[in-house]
Amino acid sequence: MSPTSIKTTCPYCGVGCGIEATLIDPENHIVDIKGDAQHPANFGRLCSKGATLGDTVSLENRLLQPEIDGQTVDWDSALTHVARRFSAIVAEHGPDAVAFYVSGQLLTEDYYVANKLMKGFIGSANIDTNSRLCMSSAVVGYKRAFGADAVPCNYEDLEQAELIVLVGSNTAWCHPVAFQRIRRAKESNPALKIVVIDPRATSTCDIADLHLSIRPGMDALLFNGLLTYLAETESLDRDFIDRHCQDFVPTLLAARASAFDLDEVAAGCGVTAHDVAQLFAWFANHKKVVTVYSQGINQSGSGSDKCNAIINCHLASGKIGKPGCGPFSLTGQPNAMGGREVGGLANMLAAHMDLENPRHVDRVGRFWGSDKVANRQGLKAVELFDAVAEGRVKAVWIMATNPVVSMPDADKVKRALQQCELVVVSDCIANTDTMALAHVKLPATGWSEKDGTVTNLERRISRQRPLFPPSGQARPDWWIISQVARRMGFAGFDYQASADIFREHAALSGFENDSMHGVRAFDISAFADIDQVRFDALQPVQWPVTAKATQGTARLFGDGGFYTPHGRASFVPIVPRGPVHAADAAYQFTLNTGRLRDQWHTMTRTALAAKLNSHKPEPTVEIHPADALQLGFRQQGLARLTSRWGSMLARVDITVSQQPGSVFVPMHWTEQLSSRGRVGALVNPVVDPLSGQPESKQTPVRVEAWQPRWQALLLSRQPARIEGVEYQVKVKGDGYWRYHLAGRDALDDLPGWCRARLNIGSAEMAECLEYSDAAAGDYRLARVEAGQLSACLFVTAQAELPEPGWLCGLFGKTELSRKERLSLLSGLPPRGEQDVGRTVCSCFNVGEKTILQTIAEHKLDSVAGIGACLSAGTGCGSCLPELKTLLADAGKAALEQCSTPKSG
Amino acid sequence: MKEKLVVIGNGMAGMRTVDELMQLAPERYEITVFGAEPHGNYNRIMLTPLLFGAKSIDDIMIHDFAWYRRNRITLHCGEEKSVVSVDRIKRRVTARDGTSADYDRLLIATGSLPLMLDIPGRDMEGVMGFRDIADVQAMIEKSQTKQHAVILGGGLLGLEAANGLMQRGMQVTVVNRAGHLLNRQLDGQAAGFLQRQLEDKGIEFRLGVTVAEVLGRDGHIGKVRLSDNSLLPADILVMATGIQPNIGLSQAMGLTCERGIIVDDHLQTSDDRVYAVGECVQHRGELFGLVAPVYEQAKVCARQLAGRASGGYRSLLSATMLKVTGIDLFSVGDFEGGADCQQQLLVDHAEGVYRKIVIKDNIITGMIMYGDTSDSGWYLNLIKNRTNIAAIRDRLIFSPVELAA
Repeated sequence: MSPTSIKTTCPYCGVGCGIEATLIDPENHIVDIKGDAQHPANFGRLCSKGATLGDTVSLENRLLQPEIDGQTVDWDSALTHVARRFSAIVAEHGPDAVAFYVSGQLLTEDYYVANKLMKGFIGSANIDTNSRLCMSSAVVGYKRAFGADAVPCNYEDLEQAELIVLVGSNTAWCHPVAFQRIRRAKESNPALKIVVIDPRATSTCDIADLHLSIRPGMDALLFNGLLTYLAETESLDRDFIDRHCQDFVPTLLAARASAFDLDEVAAGCGVTAHDVAQLFAWFANHKKVVTVYSQGINQSGSGSDKCNAIINCHLASGKIGKPGCGPFSLTGQPNAMGGREVGGLANMLAAHMDLENPRHVDRVGRFWGSDKVANRQGLKAVELFDAVAEGRVKAVWIMATNPVVSMPDADKVKRALQQCELVVVSDCIANTDTMALAHVKLPATGWSEKDGTVTNLERRISRQRPLFPPSGQARPDWWIISQVARRMGFAGFDYQASADIFREHAALSGFENDSMHGVRAFDISAFADIDQVRFDALQPVQWPVTAKATQGTARLFGDGGFYTPHGRASFVPIVPRGPVHAADAAYQFTLNTGRLRDQWHTMTRTALAAKLNSHKPEPTVEIHPADALQLGFRQQGLARLTSRWGSMLARVDITVSQQPGSVFVPMHWTEQLSSRGRVGALVNPVVDPLSGQPESKQTPVRVEAWQPRWQALLLSRQPARIEGVEYQVKVKGDGYWRYHLAGRDALDDLPGWCRARLNIGSAEMAECLEYSDAAAGDYRLARVEAGQLSACLFVTAQAELPEPGWLCGLFGKTELSRKERLSLLSGLPPRGEQDVGRTVCSCFNVGEKTILQTIAEHKLDSVAGIGACLSAGTGCGSCLPELKTLLADAGKAALEQCSTPKSG
Repeated sequence: MKEKLVVIGNGMAGMRTVDELMQLAPERYEITVFGAEPHGNYNRIMLTPLLFGAKSIDDIMIHDFAWYRRNRITLHCGEEKSVVSVDRIKRRVTARDGTSADYDRLLIATGSLPLMLDIPGRDMEGVMGFRDIADVQAMIEKSQTKQHAVILGGGLLGLEAANGLMQRGMQVTVVNRAGHLLNRQLDGQAAGFLQRQLEDKGIEFRLGVTVAEVLGRDGHIGKVRLSDNSLLPADILVMATGIQPNIGLSQAMGLTCERGIIVDDHLQTSDDRVYAVGECVQHRGELFGLVAPVYEQAKVCARQLAGRASGGYRSLLSATMLKVTGIDLFSVGDFEGGADCQQQLLVDHAEGVYRKIVIKDNIITGMIMYGDTSDSGWYLNLIKNRTNIAAIRDRLIFSPVELAA
């Protein structure tokens, strides 16, 4: 019998790639993952994260039993406890004393039930989602302009465009498969222009014809300038504006007031007038333009306005609703969109209906059979945790997210939860920073067990199908929520399967959704009576899916019809505002945060895949060489970053891709994996007044060198016991754990300290190798059991620690050779053997040194050549920008060698 | 008429000097050599393999009798040809049997004698040194009929003898006054590895004690009593407690001697017609026991005898190796180091690999390698060249590193 093959959807970014999973050994969760060749999002492609999903579905770190106060309990006890406590608090303090904080990781069905329970039956709108941190500004932008939270475009528009403007989006790393589609479009159509607008020179710039490295937060000024330019150059679509829009004149006046001419815009943005003119001219002169925007726009104190500044330009030039056109928000999470559809945000009701609209509240109440439906906005994420801190919210239920890491001012969130009366956390992972603070822990199913739907960022609903039955006591989130709802005495939560919920959700989307009651964009009423068989067979489809559009809808607004009361799109006058907290004398740098190529969110899953940890193993701070020079930094040194809200330690990465005066830190590290790597602790809790989305991209920080007394590298097959080390990062490798350590306290008995870390007593010393240079503060210890390396620890006061690549590789060897043994504590391969260096290509595990050597040996001048020799870059393609950089570096080195006069 | 050169001592130092001289000035001297052993010139270092049977006497000969004939060198060798007196006025050398030879230049290369400790019973049969072919032959003969061997001395020679006798099938115990073996070449930790390895081969050790008395019957050794009063069965006792320069003749002829014959940088003694090389000399306070500096002396002395201008002899740093199969050991320079020195250590406890480097002001002053001596030559060069190792310090001990140009 051939192994079963199941089609499902990737749980990472918002691209929503289809996956074909082949069950090799279901018992042991062994599964082969490849891209679904038929899925319209990816047509078989996957990025490094998606491709390694098979490595994340083990039971490692899984929460498999409900717990109350650290005691394992059965489900009935846990559910009853949660229901009673929530009911009691609501009875005593009112519905607004409880809150849910949910996640774009939830399936639409989970999301729907959570929202129904809180808004429909508890009667509060205190349910917010981590999508608040990622795309709520985009929601406001779309709603203000179109009267509906509806993405007009789709991926094919990227392929049909003549110009793609990527704003505040490192698409190459954050939405890699969408980026690959753009890259291929550019390859097949060299006339396609790509512009990147980003303070950083990211890997996305690899395919850019123009990169505008604007001053952080100046996007609205730039797009106001563009609107002014379109008007002045007669590049407006007067007909579209007149027939389908309103408020153009005040909007243009506002734009002109802030961005009178090119020079003013260029000066304000800190770029050349020539580059600005180039962008404007391209935008004006091409009919098919897509503006892609993401967190660089959204995560801002004026994110909503930035979205509208962009949308204004598309409306003004009529570049919307047509193939190859549109303002295209890229959402971060697999089901951020599903959350928006069910009303998972505290300022929405359900199915694109509004809390403040009494007719909507009434309608939803009738549909749900409840007279308690919330009628005003609830607490948005930052407010929600503030309310927890102040004791106004006494019980919070967190589902599938990790706010202790991901929220701004994250230390405050941590303190808030520490003092909260009742913290319930549902998650599939046992050891998260947030789970550590839970009174009640509820084991939820993981990606490979989930059954339901998700919506990707082009409105495409896809099925997520289970590969395995739920592990241990894990249950679907919708089941957990429904069980609590029933125990709280609420009717309407008798779901037997996710299909029941999807059907109800579809029915609500079509309920009184017509010209008589008012038309809502979100309508999947075609599925209102879908049965289990059709649900299981559901093919990816873009909403609306209605009786008229049974095959879904590729683009919106093609007919010029919008969802505002008057049916016209609204221009929104924008007054550009810079970051709320500007850098000053005390905090001179602007901290920018974001994703890495190979990690996802708080790394609870991606860090399980060893392959994904080798690209960027430690939290880093990227800084421009000029700043590094002034601060006395050296590459790979350590730095302390401090804001008014918190501090962290990070490894220094000096790079010209960073603007002077601005630093970048990845958002992923948690306390589980790093002692002081949570950048959220530093991020200012400023939010956009309309969207409530935090300004995570611009926080003033102080940056200084952090000089440890000693540094260490520890590699071990077993997790090591490391406590009280000031700088500590834990990395999972292939068959080993890797720790980067540093401290400022003196280690009096260095050999003794090292032995304790590796759990080595005098008996075990007989299996050990050690190196010491007491004067230099160096000590190195390794244990070899039965010929195999089991652990090694390098400590130094002054010297460089070894690049761990070769050492890590030794864990894969069944027997160390005599030469390897002798070289072991040098950290370098025996003479004559090659060190592969840092991993660049995660798919094929190809190291930097191997690539550079191959470039030199074969005189390669293209990434295709590297791919032919080493396969690097031929998998997910995420490393192609880096391969190009390596080619350029190798070329430069070769040139220098040639041009250096031979001294005689 | 050629000048006459007489050489007293047919060992490695004297004959190496003659060799060098033949290269430089083959016609200058009429050469006469006196040797107390009845052999040609042989490689004393090879006595160890001779003992355990890896080599024959022929194998270890450097110059057989034919060589002397071919080179027209007169060789008087054997017990009765031992030189008993030198008349410095008449410039005449006389052997025990009355053989005599006149000289214009005299080269003394009488080597050294085993240091025979003054232990009661030491004159019994079966108590011996490990110095020459006769000693080796005696040991081999004993090993064929006897069981128990005791070696007094855990230095290089003692361990080589112990290993040889063990190979010959004897049950061997090494008695060493110091707490660890090879205390002139190794520190305690390296010596511990060595001891373990030799114990694995079957050699037993009694450390921190010495032989207090030799016990026996009819003038034959049967046991030894140790300083802790314990008794060990002993059919032979090999004294390997060190060597002393053989200077009796030189003292008798009135040359200036302290522990050895005093020579200047040109290997000249207090009599400017008389030269001395090898283990019998004392140069700038130093005595010699290893082949490399002795050969260097031979080279300098030969140039002097050939009448060539030449730089003087400078004491050479030299490394020690142990000639026991399967044991890799390299020791050079000051491996203890004072308070002003720094140490690097590399230990593979399981494999018994040990390295120690002593550094002073970024210069290596001493090193021990045990268990793996690959690349010892590279380290020796760093020491000889006084190379500054600051830039490669953290990689130094593992293997040769490219030194920045």
